[in-house]
Amino acid sequence: MSTAAPQASSGAPRRWALATSRGRKPPILALKLPAVVVLVLWSIIPLLMTLWFSFQHYNLLDAERHFSGLENYRYLLTDDALVVAVGNTLLLVAWVLAITVGLGTLLAVLLDQDFWGRGIARVLVIAPFFVMPTVSALVWKNLLMHPVNGLFGFLLRSVGLQAIDWFADIPLAAIIIIVAWQWLPFATLILLTSVQALDPERKEAARMDGAGPFSMFFFIIIPHLARSIGVVIMIEILFLLSIFAEIFVTTSGGPGLASTNLPFLIYRYALLDFDVGGASAGGLIAIVLANIVAIFLMRSLAKSIEV
Amino acid sequence: MATVKIDNVRKSFGEVEVIKSVSLEIADREFVVFVGPSGCGKSTLLRLIAGLEEMTSGDVFIDGVRMNDVTAAKRGLAMVFQSYALYPHMSVADNMGFSLRLAGVPKEERDAKVREAARVLQLEPLLLRKPKELSGGQRQRVAIGRAIVRNPKVFLFDEPLSNLDAALRVQMRIELTRLHDDLAATMVYVTHDQIEAMTMADKIVVLQAGVIEQVGTPLDLYHHPHNLFVAGFIGSPKMNFLRGTVTGTKDGAVSVRLAGGGALDVPVESGHVSEGAEVTLGVRPEDFAVGEGGLLGGEVLVVERLGGATFLHVKTGSGDLLTVQADGDSPVRMHDRIVLGASPGDCHLFDKAGLAIPRTSRHPLAGEKPASTGRAVGRGSER
Amino acid sequence: MKKALRRKAITTTAAWLVALLIFFPIIWMMLTSFKTEIEAVSTPPRLFFSPTLENYRDVAFGRADYLKCAWNSIYISFGSTILALLIAVPAAYAMAFFPTRRTKDMMLWMLSTKFMPAVGVLVPIYLIFRDTGLLDVGFGLLLVYTLVNLPIVVWMLFSFFKEVPSEILEAGRMDGAHARDELWFLLLPLSLPGIASTALLAVILSWNEAFWSLNLTAYQAAPLTYYIASFSSPEGLFWAKLSAASTLAIAPILVFGWMSQRQLVRGLTFGAVK
Repeated sequence: MSTAAPQASSGAPRRWALATSRGRKPPILALKLPAVVVLVLWSIIPLLMTLWFSFQHYNLLDAERHFSGLENYRYLLTDDALVVAVGNTLLLVAWVLAITVGLGTLLAVLLDQDFWGRGIARVLVIAPFFVMPTVSALVWKNLLMHPVNGLFGFLLRSVGLQAIDWFADIPLAAIIIIVAWQWLPFATLILLTSVQALDPERKEAARMDGAGPFSMFFFIIIPHLARSIGVVIMIEILFLLSIFAEIFVTTSGGPGLASTNLPFLIYRYALLDFDVGGASAGGLIAIVLANIVAIFLMRSLAKSIEV
Repeated sequence: MATVKIDNVRKSFGEVEVIKSVSLEIADREFVVFVGPSGCGKSTLLRLIAGLEEMTSGDVFIDGVRMNDVTAAKRGLAMVFQSYALYPHMSVADNMGFSLRLAGVPKEERDAKVREAARVLQLEPLLLRKPKELSGGQRQRVAIGRAIVRNPKVFLFDEPLSNLDAALRVQMRIELTRLHDDLAATMVYVTHDQIEAMTMADKIVVLQAGVIEQVGTPLDLYHHPHNLFVAGFIGSPKMNFLRGTVTGTKDGAVSVRLAGGGALDVPVESGHVSEGAEVTLGVRPEDFAVGEGGLLGGEVLVVERLGGATFLHVKTGSGDLLTVQADGDSPVRMHDRIVLGASPGDCHLFDKAGLAIPRTSRHPLAGEKPASTGRAVGRGSER
Repeated sequence: MKKALRRKAITTTAAWLVALLIFFPIIWMMLTSFKTEIEAVSTPPRLFFSPTLENYRDVAFGRADYLKCAWNSIYISFGSTILALLIAVPAAYAMAFFPTRRTKDMMLWMLSTKFMPAVGVLVPIYLIFRDTGLLDVGFGLLLVYTLVNLPIVVWMLFSFFKEVPSEILEAGRMDGAHARDELWFLLLPLSLPGIASTALLAVILSWNEAFWSLNLTAYQAAPLTYYIASFSSPEGLFWAKLSAASTLAIAPILVFGWMSQRQLVRGLTFGAVK
């Protein structure tokens, strides 16, 4: 019994629409207008303003404001801070991707198996994604990673090792761990959904052909997941490029620039140094970076969205 | 009165022309079946009548009133969908009464009509259930009930039996035929199953690729198919087609020699083909006689025993594969060599273009030769 | 049979081990919230203790700003969701049922507005808010969230509307329903679960958002994200209170998230994964 609309027997695409008689269509344009107008304003105006500001010498603390051409960009691109920030950003993204996608795939396969209490286990694994970033960061920083009173310190000391002062010595690594913990559920959930869509008959056919667990994993499951992994990677990159709260709340980018990524650097220029011009130029660089990924993601979405 | 007239209707979806100029008339209280292979446009035609699709050109008249600009909601028709399309969030009673509710009919009257339709279809114990709690056959009856309650001018059915299992399908066929008799309503029915068409229709419209191949009563189509397509489509198992050449014509018959060697005189009008022309001889499996006459011979490849009849699949000397219907008790076995005969009066002759050469006499049950209510075109003929 | 059982036992152990490991920080935080401040920072960390509600009491009733921030979170998350729905429902309806050749492009464009990094427009938005007096005003943040979530809300509603089988709506038409009847009697009831999940997702995204909320608010309009962030540089012992405040802050969202898992996949991957 089909629940989806069957294909027109003519084989031609069936365009379906609600009740209309000629001349009595609802005002389609008017219905779409609010959303379109609002999004156009939101996407165009601030962007143009950023562009405009980036060519200005404009500092909120400085009375002098004038057009400065590419000065901001020149300054940024030759400044060490930007290089470090972009480097940190890429490191952060790369490591979190590796951890979340790698572990996420394994977790997805594991959670797809039949075992007792599967529903609850899933809920537990998904949970970190719903914890707000400021909470995650502070819980990890204080309760777990604190060198003196934190749990990790205690565990390390009880096996005779020294506690790690995460945020002083390896701040970026600490941030990476926190962010990876938050995003692992995302990757797992998406990949689990994808794994569960794998036709059980295909797995059975593979088993009949003599596939053991490893062959099954590499030859059946991974190829099936390839597309979803691609989507997860692209979406994660897009959001990971903008990680902010965790840094804001734990290290404020420090010590020095050790845990500063691009968003945080721009934030510093904008709201701590009040350098509107510089922050705008930096913002534009961030936009360009994001767009590179966005292009690939859009192409993928264009293929999968059916209208 | 509930008549339907379709005049020169065309329908395109984008570049693809799906209905290529169809004209048809349906009389009051007729049970008309649109039948044809997938993609022939039968469902589209039905939806054009319903008003669910807009025509590219042409007119649709219901009871003489032009319906082109009238929305589906106002045409006074009822439709039973292939997937039943019941409202999942409403009870059976609400499903059936929905149209009355929209029309503002007061509750008591609504309930009475729903109960009456439920009685006719034996749905009374199910009135409070939701569709997902019903079986396929029950859901289908609710869909029919929903249509009955509206007291429509015309009932439209879009392959309603396709989703039922075989046994249920047979049962529902009978119920639908009786329903038609009870309600005395005009019904337009779409199916790809020629058995449904043959058993239920007053009039069959055979469609292929957006064009009407033939319109007629079941026996008209069975005994006097206009072309190869209709001949092959109606009747199960399919008619056998044999290549042959005309060896001579005389008044009231055409002599044909088959590729396999046999020859016979077919009682068709002689003016349509000349000596030497290539023709196709059509013989239905049930019209072959096993063991008699020297029309054809061959080896039995497969024997299918149904108990009441036996189907033999025979490979002739010239390589044709024939289906032959024999007695249930037929002693023929696999790999036997047999000879086949056929009475010339049962055979059909088709010219090179696939058009049937008219017979000299009509079958007594086939009724009057119909005036052209639909265009009969053979394959490859010009529009 | 024994082999299958053994395999199931191993899988269960492995899976639960991993699940508990991942969930551990949350449990640890919740445990800490019931300890006294001294117990919270004690080494070795205490697993067994007598629980107390004093932290919850202090947080909820002691510091006035917790309640204010909680209210801000509620007001801003739900408000922005409602506003987004009001704008999105007509648009999704029009796009789902009256598609044109450009509908797909429009949908893709809408989704693309979500790909812009917030940092890129931090400066102009901040300046505009400053000049229009929207800084540290709840409504300002509400507007931002509406815009930020709109693409996903439109997209999800669109996909749910399209799931209503066209045949059911056609049956409605044959029964005499006009466009308004179809909407009211058929479409809305049938897509209500989808609308609910969309709303849930929007609330979750707004509640947890931690960029605009940290930069556009201060004292008056600060939501819970900001409130928790203020624990990052206080003085004295505060872990137990932080844990209590955090537990309160995340509890509703954990429930919402659990309820809307499936739809999350659709919404967060923009439909690329079904």
